[in-house]
Amino acid sequence: MQTCINVVETLVPCLVQSGWNPGLAQFVSILLGVVLITMFPLVLVILLIWVERKVAARVQDRLGPNRVGPFGLLQNVADAVKLIIKEDITPAGADRLIYNAAPIVAMLSVILIWAVVPFSPVHIGVDLDIGVLYFTAVSSIGTLAIMMAGWASNNKYALLGAFRVVAQLVSYEVPFVLTLLVPVLLAGSMSMQDIVWAQLGMWFIVVAPVSAIIFYIANLAETGRAPFDLIEAESELVAGYNIEYSGMKFGLFMANEFIHAFTANLLFAVVFLGGWSGPGATQVPLLGFVYLMIKTAIVYIPSLILRATIPRVRIDQMMSFNWKFLVPVSIVNVLVMAALIKVVQLLGLTPPPDQATDLIANLPQAVVLLVGNIAIAAGVLAWLRNAGRRERMQSQSMVLEPEDEKALPATVGH
Amino acid sequence: MLELNPQTIAFFIFSVLTLGGALGVVISRNLIHGALYLIVSLFGGAGFFVLLSAPFLAAVQVLVYIGAIAILIIFAVMLTRSMTQMRELFNQQWWMSALVGVILFVLLAVGVIFPVWGANGSNPNVPVSDEVATTVDLGVALVDGNQYVLPFEVASLLLTAAMIGAIYIARDTEVSVDD
Repeated sequence: MQTCINVVETLVPCLVQSGWNPGLAQFVSILLGVVLITMFPLVLVILLIWVERKVAARVQDRLGPNRVGPFGLLQNVADAVKLIIKEDITPAGADRLIYNAAPIVAMLSVILIWAVVPFSPVHIGVDLDIGVLYFTAVSSIGTLAIMMAGWASNNKYALLGAFRVVAQLVSYEVPFVLTLLVPVLLAGSMSMQDIVWAQLGMWFIVVAPVSAIIFYIANLAETGRAPFDLIEAESELVAGYNIEYSGMKFGLFMANEFIHAFTANLLFAVVFLGGWSGPGATQVPLLGFVYLMIKTAIVYIPSLILRATIPRVRIDQMMSFNWKFLVPVSIVNVLVMAALIKVVQLLGLTPPPDQATDLIANLPQAVVLLVGNIAIAAGVLAWLRNAGRRERMQSQSMVLEPEDEKALPATVGH
Repeated sequence: MLELNPQTIAFFIFSVLTLGGALGVVISRNLIHGALYLIVSLFGGAGFFVLLSAPFLAAVQVLVYIGAIAILIIFAVMLTRSMTQMRELFNQQWWMSALVGVILFVLLAVGVIFPVWGANGSNPNVPVSDEVATTVDLGVALVDGNQYVLPFEVASLLLTAAMIGAIYIARDTEVSVDD
């Protein structure tokens, strides 16, 4: 019986048998694997944009695309064709090389993440030892692409948009990375595949819900989705960093945004919702792929509804929300979780290695960690309540004794 | 003597990236271009870490140097708008940098050709250790009392001090504490 390890291991012997040079066969099959993994998100994006438009339309009591093809499914194919045949304009005074490289670098930063996504127990681009660190590193290149686009366009709105992006993305990377530490601690490994294997017994969202929530919020900000879509605030920046781009270069930025949003939710599903794990997934790997996609959809669709319903926050609100709330909470969360995991290990509540996939054996550990999380959440809520009360008291006293010199210029006239 | 295997090809590609990027940093008059060349050069360095079987350091190189430091440099350059348009030299000290660069290059070249300072003295063909270190080993080494816990703590303390200093400098002095 032929065993299927991956495209390379399976295809190379066949090609060599039919008279290929072994080196060439190796190269071609690796190339084929790379193309497969790269093409998947690029094809998927057409469907994603359709889903996004449909959901947004439903929220706004419209039908959405419904003319081209069944249910308007081919609308985005038509849009893509339109983008390709549009005129490609390079603004005067633009830095040509950087201007043209920016969309490619942006796309690269997202597509590269897919190399470490575990689709099923056997289907993964490459199971890096440092998978989690790898995707954090790769997604930080996206910031660079937006910076390049904003600067090379020779347009002040584009540059302002780029400044905002850098401020936003660099800031939200801090809670993003800090919360990722918790699944890594729980799995005892940074490999994506190991993190999924560690969740066969109990998903990490049950064990570490606080981390999951912070990760979800930071993900929304990292991908520039509402309510954190200041990157392209039309009312203030006209269009944001990609204002000067036209044709397929704009299309690349657009597709990049959609793929990034989906990828972020895919990673959430992998890290917190057990990835491909599910009944029968270890026996039938393809089933794992289906489970992963269903889980991703379960977190992706709410993010679309969020985008369609929540108004945009102000930039200063967003920054103070990150630095004064998310970062402290995620630091406390990591500290408490690390201590609790150690305590659980010392008390011997961790499931024995041979029963790691058993739900019952995982319960004691999960209960202790869950109680720890509830304690963190309760502490945070109490802190928020006190802060809110203090703010209300302050604003009341401000009304009683107006301090003119402290009022903002815009409010003085009223 | 030189085998043409994928690793050699990758080594040459990364060498070209690193050296070409470094040359671009020195030569280009436009500061933004210089910063972008720096990123290319750092990326080549990350490639070398991969070739040396140190994927953790490669990822950290990309995350910290490209994702944070280079972005910060570009940000700082862009905020000083007049600097981005600068074309002429603004001081006459290039010969001093060139001299330092040449001395460093000669030292390194001598160090590579006549290895006397390495861990194995003048016997560079013997590897220092046969152990293949994993990320776990690296983590343990950083907190092990017999290994690098002191440098690690000193570095952490230094970073904390730098952060507090930066916050103090950046603080708006007109805002009083109880406000």
